[in-house]
Amino acid sequence: MRRRSDEAAAHRRLAAPLSRLATSPALRRTLVQVAVAAVLGGLLVAAFLDVRSNMEARGIPTGFGFLDDPAGFDINQSLIAYSATSTYGRAFLVGLLNTCLVAAIGLVLSTLLGFLVGIARLSPNMLLRGLASAYVEGLRNVPLLLQLLFWYNAVLRPLPPPSEALLLPFGSALTNRGLYLPAPIAAQSLAPVALAALLGMGVAFVLFRRMRGRHGPAQGVRVAVIALALVLPPVLATAAFGWPVTFERPELGRFNYAGGLRLTPELVALVMGLSLYTAAFIAEVVRAGLEAVPRGQSEAAAALGLDASRTYRFVLIPQAMRLIVPLLTSQYLNLVKNSSLAVFVGYPDLVQVFAGTVLNQTGAAVQVVLVTMAVYLAISLVASAAMNLYNRRVALVER
Amino acid sequence: MAGGVAGGEPPFLRAGHAAEGRAPPPPPGLAATLRKNLLGSWGSCLITLTGLALIGLALPPLLRFLVLDAVFIAPDGAACRAPGAGACWAFIAAKLPYLVYGAYPLGERWRVDTTLVLGGVLIVWLLWLDAPWRRAATILFFVAFPLAAFVLLYGAPPLGLVRVETNLWGGIFVSLLVALVGIVVSLPLGILLALGRRSRLPVLSLACTSFIEILRGVPMITVLFMANTMLPLFVPETLAPDRLLRPLIGVALFASAYMAEVVRGGLQAIPAGQIEAAQALGLHMLTIQRRIVLPQALRHVVPGIVNTFIGLFKDTTLVAVVGIFDFLRTIESARLDPAWAGPTISATGYAFAALFYFTFCFGMSRYSLFVEGRLAFGRRS
Repeated sequence: MRRRSDEAAAHRRLAAPLSRLATSPALRRTLVQVAVAAVLGGLLVAAFLDVRSNMEARGIPTGFGFLDDPAGFDINQSLIAYSATSTYGRAFLVGLLNTCLVAAIGLVLSTLLGFLVGIARLSPNMLLRGLASAYVEGLRNVPLLLQLLFWYNAVLRPLPPPSEALLLPFGSALTNRGLYLPAPIAAQSLAPVALAALLGMGVAFVLFRRMRGRHGPAQGVRVAVIALALVLPPVLATAAFGWPVTFERPELGRFNYAGGLRLTPELVALVMGLSLYTAAFIAEVVRAGLEAVPRGQSEAAAALGLDASRTYRFVLIPQAMRLIVPLLTSQYLNLVKNSSLAVFVGYPDLVQVFAGTVLNQTGAAVQVVLVTMAVYLAISLVASAAMNLYNRRVALVER
Repeated sequence: MAGGVAGGEPPFLRAGHAAEGRAPPPPPGLAATLRKNLLGSWGSCLITLTGLALIGLALPPLLRFLVLDAVFIAPDGAACRAPGAGACWAFIAAKLPYLVYGAYPLGERWRVDTTLVLGGVLIVWLLWLDAPWRRAATILFFVAFPLAAFVLLYGAPPLGLVRVETNLWGGIFVSLLVALVGIVVSLPLGILLALGRRSRLPVLSLACTSFIEILRGVPMITVLFMANTMLPLFVPETLAPDRLLRPLIGVALFASAYMAEVVRGGLQAIPAGQIEAAQALGLHMLTIQRRIVLPQALRHVVPGIVNTFIGLFKDTTLVAVVGIFDFLRTIESARLDPAWAGPTISATGYAFAALFYFTFCFGMSRYSLFVEGRLAFGRRS
């Protein structure tokens, strides 16, 4: 680089100001940047003006005022109060919460299954390994949409009607109208028990911090003390104030089940599809993470007499987590983004409600699509930031 | 050993043969390996038994459904509606032309075949690492093939090819087309974006980074919605892009963002010394990128590119959301045909689609593993 700028300086003294453009990299760089900025900015402004005039010409609302208009359509699953007279803004919230619901359930289930399958792929048992590989390859190589449609159209929809429901344990029932589960009902006396449980958790946490380290009491004593701190307060509170939660079982009426908790077939299909599909990817992440831990670590653990489960819990998984966490984050984000496939099975998530029905009714394409994208983008950014933080904490443990 | 010679004294030599050591134990036979693998401990035994039970429960019904009880030849859905009948492959056979070509006119379907064969040959040429003239294949695939495909598929009246409107296109051919457009656009565009992101010019780098991160942060469906509803608003009403072109643009941009990140990984793996050496030789920055950096970087990321392509191929199913009749959508509409209606039709259709996608994706992932192995081998030696 220095040779070039020397050369440029020599030229500068001799050449006319115009030819400096050809010889001064710094000047050229600035000019290129200005040009890029001007072209991009110009394109954006032109597109913006064009879109606005096109929208006005076609009578499409250009602001966000439409969010306060009554929506006029029903949504078959809502976590907050919603009716056809609610506003479009309310419908947006309903969709967003439904997306969060399906993502939350999917995250838990796919993590559990993914870790199990990932560990199974490294099992010394050949058969288990083979089954796990078949699971991973089979689910990873078939589009998620196809799997969703399969669960919804070929498995859940042809289920028998409520009168011939498949009965599951605890009074649950699987029918073509959805999965009916016992619903937990909070009694009046929930507050004292919840408070007691919280108190117990606080005490347990403090005790845990206190007893940590080499000079603390033996492992068994520690576990017993902490378990006691966790269990005793809620049990005492229950004894004093009564059992806080009752389960309401779904009862078969003349045509349908009443009571209990009903999960729509759409929700069940989406959760099943997303969890099973993502679990295959998480299993690969877990396997890669565990395989990256040097072999000597598990051999050393075996030499110390740790059994398989302890080797995994105390030696392999903590080390593997460093590699697993960043990859896991991107799988979690994929799951959240993939939950937008809800639109294909008619589950009322953000995309189906907002970018589907609301967009079609209002025609406010630009606003609706941009807001939808902004929501997912915000989720992605927040999740990456959170995982980066965690990642930094984990990395500190490293020598 | 050498020390003895250097000292001038005769080195220690063994007078006779050493006693014969014991032969190493013979490699365990298949039966022993299996026993150790499957029945090594009580836990292992339990797992093996559970696994066998699982296979025993799942495999026979699956086999019966897919093969033994399946209906292979039938004029209509009556035979498939019989109680106990398995998969209705006759339905797939009857619908196959529709599943492959959609509503593309019967007499013009040779054009689709020609395009697909051309594309297939070029892809094999490109993916076959030892093939001759791979440069020529690159140019043919990325420049000549798209033009030829457009002329063949859309038609060119002066050449005697009747125009076929895109609303008649459908089936496997559209799925492959979306994937092909995705790869043809995303690879060059992804390379440009990756170079732009690593550029020292802050404005350029910022623009490329935000493009990549925004597209990677949102679901593909929203990109398709955006392409479908917003692209027509960018231009005057008369110039509104074709309904197939809009999702194609969306897919291409979406894939480019992912491709850019893969390529960037490869660019980062190139040691700075390579660029410095090229600069010392007095090469221009563009020449350095084209001749020194990119050939090495792209070689590193062939597996990543193939994996991105697998993802892209699976994602092409989503174009159905904006009304494109891709393969999955033709399955969806074929399975609702009342002439074939029956309890097993949906499952048959999905099984066929799953087989199709699995074959492609699994094959590609094996190829990517093979390339990875070869690259690793090259690095070791």
